[in-house]
Amino acid sequence: MDEIIKKEFESLVKYYESSGGNSRALFSKDYASMVINGNRVLAKNSTRGILISTRRIKDGVSAKIVIKEGFRTKYPVHLCFGMLPREGKQRIKTKIIAGAGSDVKFVAHCIFPNAQKIEHVMDAEVFVGKDAKIEYEETHYHGKSGGVIVIPKTRAYVEEGGEYTSSFVVKSGRAGLINIDFEVHLSNRAKSTLISKIYGKEDDEIRARESIILEGDYSVGLIKTRMALKDRARSRVIGKTIGLGNYSRGHVDCTEIIMDDAYAEASPVVIAKNPRAKVTHEAAIGSVDKKQLITLMARGLSEEQAIEIIVQGLLK
Amino acid sequence: MLKVVNLTVIRDGREILKNVNLEMHAAEIHLLLGVNGSGKTTLAQAIMGIYSYEGNIFFEGKNIDSLSVWERARLGITLAFQEPARFEGLLVKDYLMISARNKSMGNLENVIKMVGLPRSILFHEIGENLSGGERKRIELAAVILMQPKLAILDEPDSGIDMLSFKLISEVIKKMKELGTGVLLITHSEDMIDIADTATILCSGKVIASGPRDEVKKLFKYSPCPLKR
Ligand SMILES: Nc1ncnc2c1ncn2[C@@H]1O[C@H](COP(=O)(O)OP(=O)(O)O)[C@@H](O)[C@H]1O
Ligand SMILES: [Mg+2]
Repeated sequence: MDEIIKKEFESLVKYYESSGGNSRALFSKDYASMVINGNRVLAKNSTRGILISTRRIKDGVSAKIVIKEGFRTKYPVHLCFGMLPREGKQRIKTKIIAGAGSDVKFVAHCIFPNAQKIEHVMDAEVFVGKDAKIEYEETHYHGKSGGVIVIPKTRAYVEEGGEYTSSFVVKSGRAGLINIDFEVHLSNRAKSTLISKIYGKEDDEIRARESIILEGDYSVGLIKTRMALKDRARSRVIGKTIGLGNYSRGHVDCTEIIMDDAYAEASPVVIAKNPRAKVTHEAAIGSVDKKQLITLMARGLSEEQAIEIIVQGLLK
Repeated sequence: MLKVVNLTVIRDGREILKNVNLEMHAAEIHLLLGVNGSGKTTLAQAIMGIYSYEGNIFFEGKNIDSLSVWERARLGITLAFQEPARFEGLLVKDYLMISARNKSMGNLENVIKMVGLPRSILFHEIGENLSGGERKRIELAAVILMQPKLAILDEPDSGIDMLSFKLISEVIKKMKELGTGVLLITHSEDMIDIADTATILCSGKVIASGPRDEVKKLFKYSPCPLKR
């Protein structure tokens, strides 16, 4: 490693740890991993069953991750996308191809600890092969100033009997401006769960469009959104599921807590184009539960402390 | 330790409590008896600072009328709700840690055992997965762990079986031994024998107060002679 890369790597790893990442995985040969700062790949490790190749693009990196057919591992793929400077733009294009029957988990962290004016665009394509299983968990830390624009876009295609679970989490620090656009297509007996958990503060703005298209027979989809908004934060969430296949099942579930002058708008959209499909939704937006609040205050927590516990519970 | 003077609570234009007086001493078990709807929960929550009231409440000689719920809690008063709240996403152990003075895992395990629950429940969420009875015992555990000077227990015996009933009586006696005063709210006289003193509330008024045995006799004879 040259000196600069080494330095960047070390400081990124420090932030990675403090945002909950397991840094040992980044040094172990057992784990497939990739660490990117800005438009530079600082480290990358492929394994027997998981091949990672990268190429530089304008303002970022394009990465292709191929999982061999039938490859199953208990070591999650660790991804770390960071921007250490205060300003800048990062574009990450990823293509994940999971061979038939494979089973792999991804743990990704996106870290912009010093962000004043940062734009992070994520463009992902995920192909989940027949009977394969992919779990993708992404945690963000955007620093404390709110000067972050994050635009994650994912298109996932799940073949027969495959399963794709994704979770997108922003629990600490500011959210900034987040604009999520996820769309999953399911074949016969395929399954998908899309989870997002976001805490918006001050003038954070969160937009999310998440869709699961139940193309195959017996396909099953769940979109689960949990949000807490305080101060002047705003959110607009559209969770959409379309039932096309016979006996396909889709559900949209959104719960949000709002406080202060926050604004929350949730629109679950359920569409069926097949009388044998069933699509349902539930959405609840409200203030912090009064009884929970009083219970915690009766144990000596101040109102702010009690609210924090309740919100972290919702986002867990 | 606790002195309630001429307490009146009005809700939605109705007088729920009328000039209630009540006094209890440190580390004693005081039973608050009354049929359903007599105003027990309202009184408990007024003492905790949840409802506003007319009249005065003194704790250890200090007027606490202007204090918020959590300020009262920090003085050493706490309340276990008749129907405890659920906390989706919060583990029992993390919930107990919030109240516990001694936050060691060993201490949590002891108290969980004391209220008759298995150790494994510490790693469950306080959500729909717990039964009402389990939830009530966890609440009791949280109160014990807080080591308060005054614990107000709102019907800890409702909705539980006879076996748990004995266990809960034992737990309350133990709390007293550890120096906690207990204001024990109940609508049946089953628990009266563990109390030192008792008060009968009826239609928002105190109709009797004093040593346990006298109050017990009165309650058996006529639990609530006043109409609302
Ligand atoms: N929010 C409320 N507004 C008005 N009246 C209430 C309210 N809650 C309870 N009450 C009334 O106050 C009275 C006392 O209730 P409560 O304190 O719960 O009694 P208890 O705990 O002894 O059963 C009852 O008549 C009940 O109907
Ligand atoms: Mg009651």
